[in-house]
Amino acid sequence: MTVVNEVIAWLTDPAQWSGPDGIPVRTLQHLWYSLLATVIAGAIALPIGVFIGHTGRGAVFAINLTNLGRAIPSLGIIILVFTLVGFGIVPVLVALIALAVPPIVTNSYIGVRSVDRDVRDAAEGMGMRGRQVLWEVELPVATPLIMAGIRTSAVQVVATATLAAFVGLGGLGRYLIDGLSQRDLAQVVGGAILVAVLSLLTELVLGRVQTLVVPEGLAERGADAAVRAKVEKAA
Amino acid sequence: MRRIRLGGAAVAACLALLLAACGGDDALQGGTQPNEQSSVTVGSTNFSEQLILAEMYAAVLKKAGVNVDTRLNLGAREVVFPALEKGEIDLLPEYNGSALSFLNPDATQTTADEVNTALTPLLDGKGLVALEPSPAEDKDGFAVTKETADKYGLAKISDLKGKAGQLVIGGPPELKTRPSGIPGLKKVYGIEDFKEFKALDAGGPLTTSALNKGDIDVGRVFTTQGAIAEHGWVLLEEDKPLEPAQNIVPIGRKDAMTDQVTQALNALAPKITTEELTKLNKLVEVDKQDPEKVANDWLTQQGLL
Amino acid sequence: MTDAPAPVLAAELIRWSWVGDHLDDIRGYLFQHVQLTVLAVLFGLLLAFPLALVAVRWPRTYSPVLGFTGVLFTIPSLALFILLIPFTGLSVRTSLIGLTIYTLLILVRNIVEGLRGVDPDVREAAQAMGYTPARQLLQVELPLALPVIMAGIRIATVTTIGLVTVTALIGQGGLGRLFIDGFTLNFTTPIVVGIVLSALLAFAADLALVGLQRQLTPWARSRGS
Repeated sequence: MTVVNEVIAWLTDPAQWSGPDGIPVRTLQHLWYSLLATVIAGAIALPIGVFIGHTGRGAVFAINLTNLGRAIPSLGIIILVFTLVGFGIVPVLVALIALAVPPIVTNSYIGVRSVDRDVRDAAEGMGMRGRQVLWEVELPVATPLIMAGIRTSAVQVVATATLAAFVGLGGLGRYLIDGLSQRDLAQVVGGAILVAVLSLLTELVLGRVQTLVVPEGLAERGADAAVRAKVEKAA
Repeated sequence: MRRIRLGGAAVAACLALLLAACGGDDALQGGTQPNEQSSVTVGSTNFSEQLILAEMYAAVLKKAGVNVDTRLNLGAREVVFPALEKGEIDLLPEYNGSALSFLNPDATQTTADEVNTALTPLLDGKGLVALEPSPAEDKDGFAVTKETADKYGLAKISDLKGKAGQLVIGGPPELKTRPSGIPGLKKVYGIEDFKEFKALDAGGPLTTSALNKGDIDVGRVFTTQGAIAEHGWVLLEEDKPLEPAQNIVPIGRKDAMTDQVTQALNALAPKITTEELTKLNKLVEVDKQDPEKVANDWLTQQGLL
Repeated sequence: MTDAPAPVLAAELIRWSWVGDHLDDIRGYLFQHVQLTVLAVLFGLLLAFPLALVAVRWPRTYSPVLGFTGVLFTIPSLALFILLIPFTGLSVRTSLIGLTIYTLLILVRNIVEGLRGVDPDVREAAQAMGYTPARQLLQVELPLALPVIMAGIRIATVTTIGLVTVTALIGQGGLGRLFIDGFTLNFTTPIVVGIVLSALLAFAADLALVGLQRQLTPWARSRGS
């Protein structure tokens, strides 16, 4: 298939790898939008999820937020914000943050919530009070799930940051939009491959970070089962 | 057992939906069948001018007794023109210059006659035909804000020479490569490299916003856009021939352009002038009126409906 | 025509008169949106089941299947649709194929997880009772796997409702058309209507599926949260 050849040619062309339109620059832009959005989303979502998990109030909201968050039409949000504030990075950030918040909220909630009754009782028996229990027991135990939530969000954000190109910014989405505009299928395919690879790398790297961050003695598999049970029971 | 009955019912429902889906493909598309002689499908890209023109075509064709379907707002030309070639739509409001550079990206013809002549064989090869062009032209131009014009003393395109290095230019991605774009500015006007090129859109909301906010200094615009007057931009005068003629012209599939269709559209063609088109654009773009209503009102005024 | 200054429309989020004038269009887009979603999920289910059964029956295929579908999922949806156009045209077919692929990916995972999650003891008991593999699947394993499968269907449905809007960039789009209209006209009303309706649609679909799940698994209702 000649399309395959064209794509390979496009990807291996040294011109693609240098200059302001080059793959490195676009990848960095892409990662920048993603990083910024994920960090801000985390700053918003973690406190909310943890609070709900710790106090138990608003549980239904937290559990279902992820599923409903999936329905957020990122394209719609980016277009709306663009129409309101105009050209710039704000429309992209708002759309990506909206996308990233739900999984972090839900996972943080479940993570804190699913701390074993016994463990919490033991902590309270040792004389720990509310906030201490939170910081010294619940959060550490919840870490794997919280990290899993951040990871899910980050991967989704990286995959969706292609939208930035739709409102004239940079990132790997440029190859999709420009390729469409210039009728250069190789560019579209090349861009798609790059985004897919970047998403996968994000997943892998954050997975590694997750294993490093999880305190010893906590198995992630147990946490996964807890999430699933929680989600099923909520149905 | 209850579960089997439930399962059976589910399967039956699925099959029914599947059958409906296969047969109902047309319903989903809004009733269009490719290549039927008895009806003409009018398509358009996303831009208001296109919507207005397409509604005009649809209205005059209906008046002439032709069965019309509209598939408007389909996307960018890159997506829509192939649909015409494939027969998914039969008719498009087009611009002779843009159609030419779409089919031949290296085209350099500029006068209307040259463009029309070059266009015909290219269309012919695809089973397409261009009908009568209108006097109205929506040309490619460059605009700057009033502030920028005052600051750098810009009134015509050649004024950009010597100042381009301080200016950021924005437009559709192909502006960078097309003969009528930046390469043309270099070749015909001798304008040096701009400070930066931003790939935005073709006279759309991105370029408008970026120009107004100062993220770009010079923007690619289309001369009939309502935005120019709305924002008080200065359209730089084209003092050397660079941009091709851009007369409005209906381009359709040969087998769908019957005498009936051709006559109706050719009767419409001479009435569309640049001035009228600009007025109609303003109603849709600035006053947010409906393209269909604007088109129909205008046609009634012109005595065509 | 009037020379009055153009009203500042961006500041006004919804112009209700526009909504009133365009109810028919909005209804049409909503209908198209629902149709695309339902069809994509149904086709996805039809294709996912055999794939999932293969992955369960031959566990060694599971990792590759999961890996492959995982990779496909990271392909930006817009790219997938653009790539299909030269082959399947600017039609509903293109959107459906793309959408179905994405639902397929979500559903395969969940069906496999659900089936694998069935207690091996239960399976053994069924075999001991003389159930044929087909009966075992239909009457024992599937019902038990239902909660996880339904969770997958919920996710797939809601995700698809979001993805349908992307097809607006290739001429379909359902409610996504409202976004494009608003974008090119610099007009927030259609955009807001589109966002609100897609969110409501997703919410309604999710509720409906939860209700369906409760109907299909009456024994699960007694389990508290």
